[in-house]
Amino acid sequence: MASVILPASPSESRPGRFGIYGGRYVPETLMAALVELEHEYDAAKADPAFQAELNALLTDYAGRPTPLYFAKRLTETLGGAKIYLKREDLLHTGAHKINNALGQGLLARRMGKKRIIAETGAGQHGVATATVCALLGLECVVYMGEVDMERQQLNVMRMRLLGAEVRGVASGSRTLKDAISEAMRDWVTNVRTTYYLLGSALGAHPYPTMVRDFHRCISREMKEQILQKEGRLPSAVVACVGGGSNAIGAFYEFIPDRQVRLIGVEAGGRGAGLGEHAARFRGGVPGVLQGTFSYVLQDEDGQIALTHSVSAGLDYASIGPEHAALHDSGRAEYVSQDDQGALDAVVKLSRTEGILPALESAHAVAEAIRIAPSMAAHDILVVNLSGRGDKDMGILAQELKL
Amino acid sequence: MPIRFDHKPGLVIYLTAGDPSLEATRAIALAAIDAGADVIELGVPFSDPLADGPIIQRASERALARGTRLADVLELARQIRAERPQAGLIIFSYLNPILRYGLSRFADEARAAGVDGVLATDMIVEEADAYLEELSRVGLAPVFLAAPTSPDERLQAIATHSQGFVYAISRTGITGKQQSLTSDAAALVERIRRWTGLPVAVGFGISNADHVAQVAEFADAAVIGSTIVELVERSTPEDAPGAVARFIKGLRLHDTALAR
Repeated sequence: MASVILPASPSESRPGRFGIYGGRYVPETLMAALVELEHEYDAAKADPAFQAELNALLTDYAGRPTPLYFAKRLTETLGGAKIYLKREDLLHTGAHKINNALGQGLLARRMGKKRIIAETGAGQHGVATATVCALLGLECVVYMGEVDMERQQLNVMRMRLLGAEVRGVASGSRTLKDAISEAMRDWVTNVRTTYYLLGSALGAHPYPTMVRDFHRCISREMKEQILQKEGRLPSAVVACVGGGSNAIGAFYEFIPDRQVRLIGVEAGGRGAGLGEHAARFRGGVPGVLQGTFSYVLQDEDGQIALTHSVSAGLDYASIGPEHAALHDSGRAEYVSQDDQGALDAVVKLSRTEGILPALESAHAVAEAIRIAPSMAAHDILVVNLSGRGDKDMGILAQELKL
Repeated sequence: MPIRFDHKPGLVIYLTAGDPSLEATRAIALAAIDAGADVIELGVPFSDPLADGPIIQRASERALARGTRLADVLELARQIRAERPQAGLIIFSYLNPILRYGLSRFADEARAAGVDGVLATDMIVEEADAYLEELSRVGLAPVFLAAPTSPDERLQAIATHSQGFVYAISRTGITGKQQSLTSDAAALVERIRRWTGLPVAVGFGISNADHVAQVAEFADAAVIGSTIVELVERSTPEDAPGAVARFIKGLRLHDTALAR
């Protein structure tokens, strides 16, 4: 890791930096737009009217607050810690992604942008963005890798039905990373008229901060709800980590509560070799990808590695910079669950609780299933169930021979 | 340092190193210099070139498929420098390969190879403290991009920190060919000149002699990238040096005709 010498002097106080991670590494053409976005976001954040409109939509349109559900049968089956599920899967469009899409959609409208572009992996962010664009009357173009279009066909059709144009990306690994690159190429070209609605806590400042802020409601509600139900904080919060938006939303309000373990679950894929997984903290090296400095799966020459996961939403070579900082400081732990673990967790949760989790969220469920039995009965595990699995029926039918 | 534009307009020629092979890139670069290129930009192929259009994306894929590494590009630079000491030589790269190589090691080895300057596509002035320190330690010229969207205070910083020349992006967008130059380019060059006496080179979409002649009216040099890379793509490795040389001479002939 001696090769990492940027930035020279880490500064917590500098906006957009999380320890040494984050920052802005983009073509100059985008800089004016990023600075404008940062200012507009700061202004919106401080504007009570903006917050009121967002909160009203989150409540009446998206369905917040989401329930914190005690998974009694799962808990009893496993023995050990009490397992609670934060039901982001019950939100409109089926995942936490709508929180951020609504926030940024309102911001785009406030900035007078009429054309929205987005990238999507599993299609949940694409669907959320297409939904918000329909709601606000904005033009919507979603970039999606061809591999992901194939494995998340249902979401492709949903986006089209909502009036969005889905543009397939045939370059590179044809997954999320390539969709982001193509969205950035569009943004560089149409930066004067277009708003880039980035869907994860990734990319150049202010995106990681802004996306995290729009998902903070997850941990805020979790905290209130668990205090109400149990009168104490959980022993651990568990969330899957692709780019890291649902996890940072689920962790954020608990960061000062040192007694609460924060556990991020990466995609272990189908093996330990480079290219077989998307576990950035198990083989990744700090570097720059798509605008931010964070852990990146790469080869010895700094070329970005291919990744694999059964879940399109976790299939990405880098990770949000705030997670990189939480990892290095030791405040959060990062583990991985492989494809099979996630598939098993889908079956287990479906059959014990009647809840079909998204393959992404199933990685977090799998980790809870792994650790709960070794924990005490008074321990509390909160799992962020970031999305529902209806979109995965094609893959599940194939993998589980349904 | 030999970044000089003796002709008007100067010509900066971009080549993706290792496409179709390192040996071919060497021969093409030498032919380009002999045909009148003032500066060669050696592009380091990268797996995720988000500022590049399809032509340079394809070239990068081909170069990577042949196993081209940053160390190879530096060795190629050393050979070109040894054979044609008169031309300027710039390494054009995304940041990550340089970071992985080690910024200090890269700076040392690039300088030892005789490279004159470095342009990192995704490095902006605000993040560049350590980068500038390393380049300055070994005497490499940092070349920054200036965009039509850059406000004056950013142009001032870009102009202040650049050496050799300032690279003005002709339009918002990625690299690639285009039909005609937008008015963005002239306005941008005029704004850059308020802050610096450095030469200004205009790139992105400069595809033919007409464009070069237009650029000559307001800037010091034109950067030709995708058009050359596409010409290389369409030629056999044996024919590519000749084809590139003829193309470059054609750009200059037009200029001479205009000057008359």
